[in-house]
Amino acid sequence: MNSPAVTDLTRPPYITYDRHPDTYVHWRLQIAGAVATLGLDVAEDQGLRPGYKLKLNSYDLGVDMELYDALQRIRFEYPAVKVVILTSLKERMFCSGANIYMLGLSSHAWKVNFCKFTNETRNGMEDSSRHDGLRFLAAVNGTVAGGGYELALACDEILMIDDRSSTVSLPEVPLLGVLPGTGGLTRLVDKRKVRRDLADFFCTTSEGVRGDRAQRWGLVDHTAKPQQFQAATATHVARLVAESPRATGTHGITLPALRRVVDHAGIHYTFVDVAIDRAARTATLTLKGPATTVPTTPVAIHAQGADWWPLAFARELDDAILLLRLNELEIGTWILKTRGDPAALATVDASLSAHHADWLVTQTVGLLRRTLARLDVSSRSLFALIDEDSCFTGTFAEFALAADRSYMLQFPDEPTRAPSLQLTAVNFGLYPMVNHQSRLATRFCGETAPVEAVHAHIDQALDAGQAMDLGLVTFAPDDIDWAEEVRLAIEERTSLSPDALTGLEASLRFGGQETMETRVFGRLSAWQNWIFIRPNAVGAQGALKVFGTGSKAQFNWERI
Amino acid sequence: MSINYSERIPNNVNLASDRTLQRALEHWQPQFLDWWQEMGPSDFADKDIYLRTAIGVDVEGWASYGEVKMPDYRWGIFLADFDPNRTIGFGDMAGQPVWQQVPGEFRAQFRRLIVTQGDTEPASVEQQRLLGLTCPSLYDLRNLFQVNVEEGRHLWAMVYLLHAYFGRDGREEAEELLTRHSGDADKPRILGTFNEPIGDWLSFFCFTYFTDRDGKYQLKSLAESAFDPLARTCRFMLTEEAHHMFVGETGLSRVIRRTLELMSALGTEDSTAIRLAGGIDFPLLQRYLNFWFSSSLDLFGSEMSSNAATTFANGIKGRPDETSYADHLCTNATLDLVTPDGEQGIRTETVPYRNAMNEIARQAYVRDCEMGLKRWNLIIKRAGYATTLTLPSTRFGRHIGVWAGISTDLQGNRVSAETAAQGQTHWLPSAEDRTYVKSLMQRVTAPGKMAGWLAPPDRGINNLPVAYEYVRL
Repeated sequence: MNSPAVTDLTRPPYITYDRHPDTYVHWRLQIAGAVATLGLDVAEDQGLRPGYKLKLNSYDLGVDMELYDALQRIRFEYPAVKVVILTSLKERMFCSGANIYMLGLSSHAWKVNFCKFTNETRNGMEDSSRHDGLRFLAAVNGTVAGGGYELALACDEILMIDDRSSTVSLPEVPLLGVLPGTGGLTRLVDKRKVRRDLADFFCTTSEGVRGDRAQRWGLVDHTAKPQQFQAATATHVARLVAESPRATGTHGITLPALRRVVDHAGIHYTFVDVAIDRAARTATLTLKGPATTVPTTPVAIHAQGADWWPLAFARELDDAILLLRLNELEIGTWILKTRGDPAALATVDASLSAHHADWLVTQTVGLLRRTLARLDVSSRSLFALIDEDSCFTGTFAEFALAADRSYMLQFPDEPTRAPSLQLTAVNFGLYPMVNHQSRLATRFCGETAPVEAVHAHIDQALDAGQAMDLGLVTFAPDDIDWAEEVRLAIEERTSLSPDALTGLEASLRFGGQETMETRVFGRLSAWQNWIFIRPNAVGAQGALKVFGTGSKAQFNWERI
Repeated sequence: MSINYSERIPNNVNLASDRTLQRALEHWQPQFLDWWQEMGPSDFADKDIYLRTAIGVDVEGWASYGEVKMPDYRWGIFLADFDPNRTIGFGDMAGQPVWQQVPGEFRAQFRRLIVTQGDTEPASVEQQRLLGLTCPSLYDLRNLFQVNVEEGRHLWAMVYLLHAYFGRDGREEAEELLTRHSGDADKPRILGTFNEPIGDWLSFFCFTYFTDRDGKYQLKSLAESAFDPLARTCRFMLTEEAHHMFVGETGLSRVIRRTLELMSALGTEDSTAIRLAGGIDFPLLQRYLNFWFSSSLDLFGSEMSSNAATTFANGIKGRPDETSYADHLCTNATLDLVTPDGEQGIRTETVPYRNAMNEIARQAYVRDCEMGLKRWNLIIKRAGYATTLTLPSTRFGRHIGVWAGISTDLQGNRVSAETAAQGQTHWLPSAEDRTYVKSLMQRVTAPGKMAGWLAPPDRGINNLPVAYEYVRL
């Protein structure tokens, strides 16, 4: 593994998401033409943190980090791949889900963050299928339970072994007193259209159901007897390959390790700088535009590979969000700033829109889309500061739209120093949120007139007055007021209850149209996170705590 | 743009070099002048008046006298001297350095407090705008205008804080202070008391004695604030507020002295005889005191208040004269409050001390009010009469707090609604009282002359004779 320089870990253990296939301990990635196979072979003794064994192909955050890395590499390093098979390298056990002992030992914050990342990775698989035509087949070659089945649910199709003993189950409720909360309940009904009474039975029976019934109820798509399993897998893969519309290429690019420095002041990358103010509990994320002339042709873009600005920027920002979420719990407000040349940003955006047939451009747009979506579901207050020298153009303007609030500087006496906000085509649909709508459409609660009004100003540099009139920014203090208004707003924000803010932001960010993903984050996760702090789950005699001890959970029987 | 700031607006806040303030005032100052013309004592706009103007915070500066036309009055911005070592004097953050900026966390609370305080200042000018037409003397007319321009300056003081420390919100709130008008059904002043017109001079004296004294106690509380610019602003305002209470206390003393003169000349204490002679009989005066005292008590807020506890805990608003107390944290202390029980009686409720901060301030205020009563009763006693003026119970006539809507007599004993209704005529000013007082309000403008219901003051303003022409009509 090319381990990047990580100095001065302010609070050990500082955990990073850096992974490389050469050093995976839980997954095996094999590429054969249009097919990638991800084999799960969890190393029991290599949990991310001490205190538990990853038995029965169960997983923790470390396992998911490898899965996430593998998916990124398939997207960028193996453009010929059209279908990904997820299967197990263990005998008769596909995956038993999240490790219960790990959950029992983890803090509430850890559990919530772990589940969020797991959800995002699975949503990312569906995102790649929906947008880019990369298909996923779960080749369930043994018993699958809980989070293991949730992983299978995130695939386009599920092929299950019918060996008269392997079962599929979601035993969280009867065994652990929690929910199949990383998409399980939602995908059963929303995606697989399992009837609710059958889903109710299925989710309250710990032993699960075997292949034939699973297929009848719609829990899996196909079954195959052990002797036919390999052949069946090959058949379904061949069909999926044929169906896949993925724009493929022959030569992938290499994703090198990120260049990153972590120090007391924050996290520093080439195009993203995170300045942490621990006393104020804020992080200022400064996003920087391309430093040099940007390539505009696919050939030139491919020549730059991972150094191509949109890709390099997206990888850095994605990593920064993950590191902040995992390691900096008390840094509750993220201040979003941009720097750069608006013209260069506009050029980049034009390339992103123009070359959608090019696999690398498509994959980069996908990464930007998922990174923005990751920002949307981050439980941090997001304030965008459109200040002097900022560059909120196109892709960068999307961050102003993603913010809970935006402040745009006015310079009445020196208009040349005033920043501008400029929307490009990318703001009108290239980066849909998890509600499948653009941030603009979501901002205006599905009303078309305000979006059309904004569209009339596409590619124009808007000053603060125009941006206010169009409803694109929250407040527009002038140069005299700016510093004080911003200080007061941020201080006021950081003084509020972090829990209430998380609930507030999550509720307001996803107005209007619901999708399966919004229901996963907004309903299932919210319920799960509530259950995760209830004594019935995590009290001394709670179900999560006593699991495996032989003791029976003691419940407070009040229904709430 | 056209304003020479240091000349036009005396100040000690570096106005000449503060762009934020200048810009805010450029906008606000013309609106203030419009408001003064429209809602202030506009009938006297072109008259020369002998007024005191604050041009500095030192002994010489705070009282500079001269003839001025009110619209040309130089409303200034002054803060008491800065103390670099000042620390927070109370609450959970006691001992930490005071704040030179508003912490974002408390922005809304400070803004509301400042706006509420600021709203009362122009409100009182509005309430008093017609009094000049019925002045009992030029001396009193001048005092009225002195009070008016200083209330105007106190508005400036609050507007300064809003402009300097609250950004755009602050500027908007500053404009609203001029938009709300006393007694306007659509945009009334924030506090109920400030929406009642002050139609006669007896009410004016009562207002300056009782209601401005509430202002004094609010300012004393804010003068303790951890937000240093607010504390310093209020400290300086207190020097001016003292004059308003002087107007109230001496005004009521002069009413009493005149009544005593009439009683002595007529050889009777009979109200009818006093009224026939054009004086204000003591029973009527007592009813006015009852009314103004009770309504001013409401301004302190409820006896038990979570707001009061929060503002104390956070260092936002302390007790008047906080340094005179030993315990500045008050985390475990309690206070016994007499409250109505659910039946017809009373009970004692023990409440956390922090929640009772309004009541603490109110009690200090009541003690301060009693001082004047003592002096007046001494005047009456020395004149050989047995009448004693009193303050009613703090439970009487309340519209805010635990006693709101509870019928009591003047001593605070609970009575039936029927008894209370019957009592109103001799507890509070009746329509007849008000009509009579109104009939006395005849304009007297000859220098040195006094209306027949009012004795002359002991001395004039700034060592000038009483007969000085304080207002050139």
